Amino acid sequence: MLRYEMVCVGAGPAGLAAAVEAAKNGVQVVVYDENDRPGGQLFKQIHKFFGSKEHRAMERGFNIGSSFLNEARELGVEVSLNSVVLGIYENGALNVMIGDRIENIRGQKVLVATGASENMIPFPGWTLPGVIGAGAAQTMANIHGIRPGSSILMVGSGNVGVIVSYQMLQAGCRVAAVIDAAPKIGGYAVHAAKIARFGVPFFMSHTIKAAHGKDRVEGATIIEVDENWNPIAGTDKQVDVDTICIAVGLNPMTQLLRMAGCKTVYVPVLGGRVPAHDLDQETSIKGIYVAGDVSGIEEASTAIIEGRIAGLAIAHSLGYLDEQSFIGQRNEQLKSMVGLRSGSHGESRGKAKAYLNATMKR
Amino acid sequence: MRIEQHPILGEFEKGPQVQFTFDGKTMQGFEGEPIAIALRSSGVLIHRYTARKNEPRGMFCAIGRCTDCIMVVNGMPNIRTCVEPLKAGMVVQTQKGKGPAGSSE
Repeated sequence: MLRYEMVCVGAGPAGLAAAVEAAKNGVQVVVYDENDRPGGQLFKQIHKFFGSKEHRAMERGFNIGSSFLNEARELGVEVSLNSVVLGIYENGALNVMIGDRIENIRGQKVLVATGASENMIPFPGWTLPGVIGAGAAQTMANIHGIRPGSSILMVGSGNVGVIVSYQMLQAGCRVAAVIDAAPKIGGYAVHAAKIARFGVPFFMSHTIKAAHGKDRVEGATIIEVDENWNPIAGTDKQVDVDTICIAVGLNPMTQLLRMAGCKTVYVPVLGGRVPAHDLDQETSIKGIYVAGDVSGIEEASTAIIEGRIAGLAIAHSLGYLDEQSFIGQRNEQLKSMVGLRSGSHGESRGKAKAYLNATMKR
Repeated sequence: MRIEQHPILGEFEKGPQVQFTFDGKTMQGFEGEPIAIALRSSGVLIHRYTARKNEPRGMFCAIGRCTDCIMVVNGMPNIRTCVEPLKAGMVVQTQKGKGPAGSSE
């Protein structure tokens, strides 16, 4: 059995930030990731980030990803790719499938930073080739350099919907329309404005009725909905597209945490059922920590800060960081979180996080 | 379908160009990129037909999660082509239902 002081599940922004912070303080860290490249979704984020300089604002996601990786490498963090963590058991025991063999691992502390998966909505024709997740469109265009299709219907106007729409324009696709059942655009105005300037029409209070085509998408029907989100007869519109992207939110991937017995709480603002955790990012199971989207859907910038806090807390609990310097450094991170959890989008998430923290005290 | 010059990312780094077959037809792709990407760049969207209703399925999540893009690769069924790296000479086939029985590497 391999033993580590800290096992990190997921090499996205949260996992890497935690690994770096812990390793800086002397913790021996391994990071497992099921993908063949590290960085999670960071390398797909080709837009500039918001926030202040300490949040790496104005930097593009893929640059942030590269600098994290370099830092991790310099600090001697072991990053094991193509490594799927299959289960977390008592006392930090894990099994990991690396390639085609299964290893038993023990971590004194375990950080779960598995991120999120995309939500989907079913509709007639939704299984046709050409209906894809918005994340898939981003992966195809920004990682692999192919256009998912030539003409795209974006379903969902949240941040993912508007940002990926812009990225599809950058990739050379036509975006036929962005639709959302909600009456107002969900994403940041600056991203929505960028695609509006390209002449992309927004159909608010509209949902997708059907995708058409024999063996691939050849078009779509959208329909207006009333205030109760019921379709209004006679408002059908045909959209000429070969690709339909679904961007209707994310869902925390909490399977490992639920398997380990961590207490979860249903918090819709954070994407559904999320693990209760304290200010140190520790869950109801001692020694199991969480950071990033798995602990509630937010953004890469907040994931990085949560990761840092978890890394510091783990270094502290292993005796690498004394109480005073830990509290000082943690509070610094919490302070820099304040700005990210305020404003039109951040405030409700900040409140939800505070609620989640409070559930640990009961 | 390939993006020649991206306004932010410039040119994409790719491995050497290699040949493989898709349902017997010779195709081109870049070594190391997912099989599904090589197929889509050649306009192939249908990866398999479902077992009961014989409906077409293609790439959906592109990150190895949903398994909608599974195909028979070198005789082995259920290969997630959106994450399986392309190699020269691979034999890629549309998967019918659960794919050929009893096959293994």
